[in-house]
Amino acid sequence: MNSYSMKIAIASGKGGTGKTFVSTNLFQTLQKSGEKVIIVDCDAEEPNVAAFISGHEISNKTVFQHIPVIDTKKCQLCGKCFEYCQYNAIVFLPIVNFIKVIENLCHDCGACSYACQYGAITETEKPLGIVKTFLINESSCFIEARTDIGISSSVPVIKRAIKEAEGQSLVLLDSPPGISCPFIATVNFADYIVLVTEPTPFGLNDLKLSVETVQYMKKPFGVIINSVGIGDRAVYDWLEQNNIPLLMEIPFETRIARIYSEGKLLVDEDKTYLEQFINLYKIIRNGLFDQ
Amino acid sequence: MDYSINEIVILSGKGGTGKTSLSAALATIGDKKSIADCDVDAANLYLILQPENYYKEVFVTGFKAAINKNICIDCGKCISYCRFEAISNIDGSVCISETNCDGCKLCTHVCPVEAITMKPSNKSRWYIGSFRNGTMVHARLYPGEDNSGKLVNVVREAAAIEAFKLENHTVIIDGPPGIGCPAISSVTGARMAVVVTEPTKSGLHDLKRILELISNFKVLVCVIINKFDLNKNISHEIDLYCKESQIPVIGRIPFDTNIVMAMVHCKSIVEWAPNSPASKEIYSIYQTIFKE
Repeated sequence: MNSYSMKIAIASGKGGTGKTFVSTNLFQTLQKSGEKVIIVDCDAEEPNVAAFISGHEISNKTVFQHIPVIDTKKCQLCGKCFEYCQYNAIVFLPIVNFIKVIENLCHDCGACSYACQYGAITETEKPLGIVKTFLINESSCFIEARTDIGISSSVPVIKRAIKEAEGQSLVLLDSPPGISCPFIATVNFADYIVLVTEPTPFGLNDLKLSVETVQYMKKPFGVIINSVGIGDRAVYDWLEQNNIPLLMEIPFETRIARIYSEGKLLVDEDKTYLEQFINLYKIIRNGLFDQ
Repeated sequence: MDYSINEIVILSGKGGTGKTSLSAALATIGDKKSIADCDVDAANLYLILQPENYYKEVFVTGFKAAINKNICIDCGKCISYCRFEAISNIDGSVCISETNCDGCKLCTHVCPVEAITMKPSNKSRWYIGSFRNGTMVHARLYPGEDNSGKLVNVVREAAAIEAFKLENHTVIIDGPPGIGCPAISSVTGARMAVVVTEPTKSGLHDLKRILELISNFKVLVCVIINKFDLNKNISHEIDLYCKESQIPVIGRIPFDTNIVMAMVHCKSIVEWAPNSPASKEIYSIYQTIFKE
C-alpha cells in the first residue's frame, strides 16, 4: 500500500449507530481542510449520505445484470442448464415441455449459458440500480449507490460505485449495516475499517460480530463509540480486554441528535468538532502506516 | 380448525430505529407468543428474551469453490469464466477468494483437470428456545455467508410451528434493516407490517423506500414514529406523508432513556418501566395491532 491511496470504510453490525454521521462529518472536515477526498455511499438499499451532502450531479449510470433468455425453438429440453443453476432460477418440467427463467433468483453467473450446447441461451440486461456522482468542489466528490426497489442483492451496485472511485487518493466508504454480503462487498475494498458502535448490549453484541468478521478478513480496524452517556461500560471493558483501539468518543446530546435529524453536519454547526475529526483521520493514518 | 398464521413483521428500512426494543415489548405483553428474530445478520432480541432449552440446527448457506493445488495446472481458464472476480492469479498460482465466491459452481465445470470442488458453508446456526412469555426462534448467519433470505424463511417456518404448539397462531417477526433479500423474505406472506421510523431526514427517506417495497405485497401496513419528540417538525412531515399515502400512524413513542436501561437489564421496556410514557404508548400500540 502506498501513501497515495487509502480507502477507509465506516461500518457497524448494528444499524443506526452513526455510520453515516461519522462518514459525512469526516468527509466534510477533510474536504474543508483542502484534502482531495471522495465519499461513496455503499448503503445502496437505504442511502442517506445525500441527506447531508449535496453537490452538482456529473454522472448517472444505470447498473445492469445479465439475465438469460431461452430460445424455445433452439432449446432441446435437455435440462443441463437447470442442472447447472445453483440458485433455482430455472424452472424445468420436462413432462409438460416447460422451461422458464425466474429473473429474481438469477445471480448472473453465466453457468446456464455455458451449459447449453444448442446455443439456445442468450443474455439480456436487467437494471439493478443507479450510481450517481456529484461534484462538491474541484477536488472532492460524492458517489451514491442506490438499488431499485424490489432488487434482492445490492452487491453489484455497491461494487460499481466503489469502482467509480478507483484511482483516487483518499476514499471514504459508508458501509451498509450487518455482516453479510453487502457489508463484505464494501469492506473488502477497504485498507482500514472504522467500526461505529454504541455503549449498549445490542451495540456490543453486534460489535463483536463485526470484529470477528474484519479479523477474519485480516483488515486493520478501530472503534468509535457514539452516544456516550447512555447504556453501560461493557463496550469499554471489552475493547480494553481485547486490545482494540478506541479512536473517538461522541457524546449523546439531544443537540447533536437534532442537528443530525435535520440533515445538517455537526462540524458545520460546532467548529470544535473539526479538530476531533482531523484527529480521527490522523490516528487512522498513523495506524495504517505504522504497520 | 383455522390453520392460518397471523404473522406481524416489524420493519424499518433504516437501522437503529427501535425494531428490536418494540418487538421485545410486544413479546412480553399478553398471551404467550412465538417470536422470530429475522435479523439473522445481527440478532439482538435474544439478549432481552434470554431463551432457554435450546434446539440447535446447522444451516448450510451454500457452497464455496476450493482448488486442489496438487491437481491444478494453473491454466487460468476458470479465471476468465468467473463473473464474481473470485479467482485470480497470484504469482503464477491460481487462487480462489472465499469471500468473493458466490458458489455458482461454474469453475468446477470449466476446469479441464477437475481440480475444483465445492465445500459447504456450514457455520451458520439457528435456534429454538423458550422464554418467559413463549417461544423464540433466532439464527446466526456466519460472517460473510450468503443466503440470508433462505435462513429468514427457515426461522419463520420454525416460529410458525411453535405458534401452533402454543395454540396461538400469532408470530411476531423482528425484521432486518434495509430493503434487500432478508427484508423481502421477512415480509412475504405476512399479514401485517409495522414500520418503525424516527423523525430524521434519513429516517423519512428510508421510510419511503420500505413503504414502496411493502406496497408490492398483499399485507396490511402501519407506521410507528419512535422518539417522535426529538424533532417534532419532521414527525409532522412523516404524519403528512403517511396521511397522503393512506397509511395509518398507530403510535408515537416518546424518547425515553428507560428503553436503554431496560436493555442493559435484559428486560423489555414494559417490564422495566411499565408506567413510563413509552410503555403506555406501546400498550396502546399492542391494543391496536391485536384488537381483532
